[in-house]
Amino acid sequence: MTNWTEIAKLEDIPKLGSRVLKTDTVNIALFRTSTDEVFAIKDACPHKQGPLSQGIVHGTSVTCPLHNWKIDLASGEALGPDEGCTNTYDVKIENGTVYLALPAKEAAA
Amino acid sequence: MKEKLVLIGNGMAGVRTLEELLKIAPEKYDITVFGAEPYGNYNRIMLSPVLAGEKTVDDIMLNDEQWYIDNDISLYKGKSVTEIDRVNKKVVAEDGTTADYDRLLLATGSNPFMIPVPGKDKDGVIAFRDIYDVDTMLQASKDYKKAVVIGGGLLGLEAANGLMKQGMDVTVVHLLDSLMERQLDKPASSLLKASLEERGMKFLMEAATEEIIGNGRVQGVRFKDGTEVEADLVVMGVGIVPNTGLAKATGLHCERGVVVNDVMQTFDPAIYAVGECAQHRGIAYGLVAPLFEQGKVAANQLAGLGYAYYQGSVTSTKLKVTGIDLFSAGDFNEEQGDEVISLQDQAAGTYKKLVLKDDRIKGAVLYGDTIDGTWYFQLMREETSIADFRKTILFGQHDLGDAGHGDETRVMALSDDAEICGCNGVCKGDIVNAISKHGLFTLEDVRARTKASSSCGSCTGLVEALLASTVGEGYDASPNKQAMCKCTEYSHDEVIAAIKQNELKSIPAVREFLEWKTPDGCAACRPALNYYLLARWPEEYQDDAQSRFINERAHGNIQKDGTYSVVPRMFGGLVKPNELRAIADVCDKYDVPEMKVTGGQRIDLFGVKKEDLPPMWKDLTDAGFVSGHAYGKAMRTVKTCAGKTWCRFGTQNSTGLGVQLEELTWGSWMPHKFKLAVSGCPRNCAEATIKDFGVVCVDSGYELHVGGNGGIKVRVTDLLTKVDTEEEVLEYCGAFTQMYREEAHYLERTAPWVERVGLTSIKKRLLDDETERKALYERFIIGQKVSQVDPWKARAEGEAAHEFTPLKIA
Repeated sequence: MTNWTEIAKLEDIPKLGSRVLKTDTVNIALFRTSTDEVFAIKDACPHKQGPLSQGIVHGTSVTCPLHNWKIDLASGEALGPDEGCTNTYDVKIENGTVYLALPAKEAAA
Repeated sequence: MKEKLVLIGNGMAGVRTLEELLKIAPEKYDITVFGAEPYGNYNRIMLSPVLAGEKTVDDIMLNDEQWYIDNDISLYKGKSVTEIDRVNKKVVAEDGTTADYDRLLLATGSNPFMIPVPGKDKDGVIAFRDIYDVDTMLQASKDYKKAVVIGGGLLGLEAANGLMKQGMDVTVVHLLDSLMERQLDKPASSLLKASLEERGMKFLMEAATEEIIGNGRVQGVRFKDGTEVEADLVVMGVGIVPNTGLAKATGLHCERGVVVNDVMQTFDPAIYAVGECAQHRGIAYGLVAPLFEQGKVAANQLAGLGYAYYQGSVTSTKLKVTGIDLFSAGDFNEEQGDEVISLQDQAAGTYKKLVLKDDRIKGAVLYGDTIDGTWYFQLMREETSIADFRKTILFGQHDLGDAGHGDETRVMALSDDAEICGCNGVCKGDIVNAISKHGLFTLEDVRARTKASSSCGSCTGLVEALLASTVGEGYDASPNKQAMCKCTEYSHDEVIAAIKQNELKSIPAVREFLEWKTPDGCAACRPALNYYLLARWPEEYQDDAQSRFINERAHGNIQKDGTYSVVPRMFGGLVKPNELRAIADVCDKYDVPEMKVTGGQRIDLFGVKKEDLPPMWKDLTDAGFVSGHAYGKAMRTVKTCAGKTWCRFGTQNSTGLGVQLEELTWGSWMPHKFKLAVSGCPRNCAEATIKDFGVVCVDSGYELHVGGNGGIKVRVTDLLTKVDTEEEVLEYCGAFTQMYREEAHYLERTAPWVERVGLTSIKKRLLDDETERKALYERFIIGQKVSQVDPWKARAEGEAAHEFTPLKIA
């Protein structure tokens, strides 16, 4: 069963920006696009674990601040010639509130 | 329903056009391709290395059959089209296959020119044009010994070299008295001839072929003067003629080639032509780079975008004979009124010549050392004045771009495991393989595929040289107008001008006005646009935090583990005991794991957690510090020496002047980082002559130096001028800085900027035009009113709190 957890209001995340959710086991970056879609991926670039949350968001991708890898927000996969993938998490927005499908362990924490 | 596009000619120009079209309008057409040859699209310019045994046919395939399947393209290979029915808009192939079209693209290429002498149809007489010809030559080299190549141009010499590599005894016959006369002047031509003779090639110069003799198979060639030479194989390598047969038969207007306009359209608006078969403004090109430019334009038009125009190409030539470095471009034979500078070292086998007019390069010939060919070519295409570096231009582009590799720049001599890109660890072999395997033609392609030269850029010259020598004349030199990024067609200069002229005052306004191709821009253009707007409209523009790189959003320098480093500003490098105590206390309080003294005379605190930044800044601002901007494309530091207060050699108050300069300039956003220094005497302990703006105090006043760089490649400053008073130092500094802020491209430091625009023009405006200097200084001061609001204090007081606060599960 999906464990939807309330995380934030949509307006808490800046447009074309991100916020970080720190859990006991993992940092999850929540991104908001210019069209108000929200994506959640593990805050670690598949290249050298750079904090993707600190990157520049454009379209539905983010450019890692450390070495400019471009990561697709929907799939967590590296774009262009780079290869690698980071975890993604399901997100839904209801009445301006952002919910995250947390893995059981983080939800319990 | 989709429209129908038919391409006749499955070669480089036609297929490249399709590739460009698929990039911008993948769904617009059902595409059908007819190709006379029984292969997919291959890299025709690489036939020479195949003949020389350095590559195989598989190596030079650009698009295999799977590519056509993947892109839903119907490919009829080995089928010549024999008729174009323009009334019913359909084409008919020799075997009766037909295809309807809405748009037709002609890319029928060219045919080898066979000189019309008796015996030209004999067995063993061939051209050098396609895989079939190469196969024939390779077979002949196994069965026969003596080859004659007619034509001492690019084509002929590459064929001759290949046959020689295959073990044949090769004689080159040339009508004129010097080789490659269309690409080389006489001295270069004779060096080339000597070098080829050394390898065993024979030459018959000024020899006019009269007849090819032999019973059945060729046995020799007879010349007009009655002499003869034996031959088992004769290769005609004299040139090519555009293949216009089909176009002529269907009534399209042809001259030397199929005549097209600036959108690559023939006289029938439904029919386009690109490549060697097309004639544009009187020229039918036989090199690859122009064909690619034409393909881009044709694709843009076929896609219905309609804004790209072809305006002709400036071309350069390289000979693909391994071990021979040769480059030529433009009008290399001087005419009256031209000036020539040259350098010749017969023993070393190098020759360089530039033809100049009005301090601009008209043409270039290089032999033996061609590393700077791409640079000269760029200067020529951009019509850059070389007045400022005319004295040293023949020694090459050592100031910038090559990171001081010196003789190692002879890239083709390097071994495959030689590291080219030191940032990303990319070796020569990786780059050459990627170029061959993926059919790369541009610097951008190579960067995307290998990452070479995509970080600091200091190896760009080396990568370009590799590209040029690997793909030969197909090398698509960076266009003289370079788009800012993939989101736009416009260059940095055009964007800067549009922002000013059209009073664009927000990023969306710029993107809309200049028809940006992506909705949000990208990580490259957004910070650039944000900067340009800020620099142009300091009082009105609303800074867009999300368009800034993280360092400038978090006002600290992001480190590899995601923590930040913090550098408090210490004006002129001066510091007081209570300030040092405050820094020490802050480090204790926030568990700073490492402190370091920087090269710019500041103290760097490493390993600070992002959440700790605002409270730490509160403590630092309480102690009187402001942000050091060590993280930004901004004014960084003013480095000073002890100065005359203490130093027995000091001539002026260098520390005091340093503090004044830093008070004037701190907080200013720049195209790139910007460093200053003030030295109290010519011993120059503050290293002012490798700074963006450096002051060297002398007894009689102050020398002002600009455009230095201590980083990627050390560049010593140019002397701007000498002034008498501190007030003048401040005014010139503000004016120079503002000129750089307004006119340089984003991420261009002062060193390349000064080289690009020329010191002469900067001097003219700053020194000779007092009104302009004062206006620049005035604008700098206006911008500073907005910039000198300490970002640390603002954030310590709660601004942009979301940036520093993690989310928590409610």
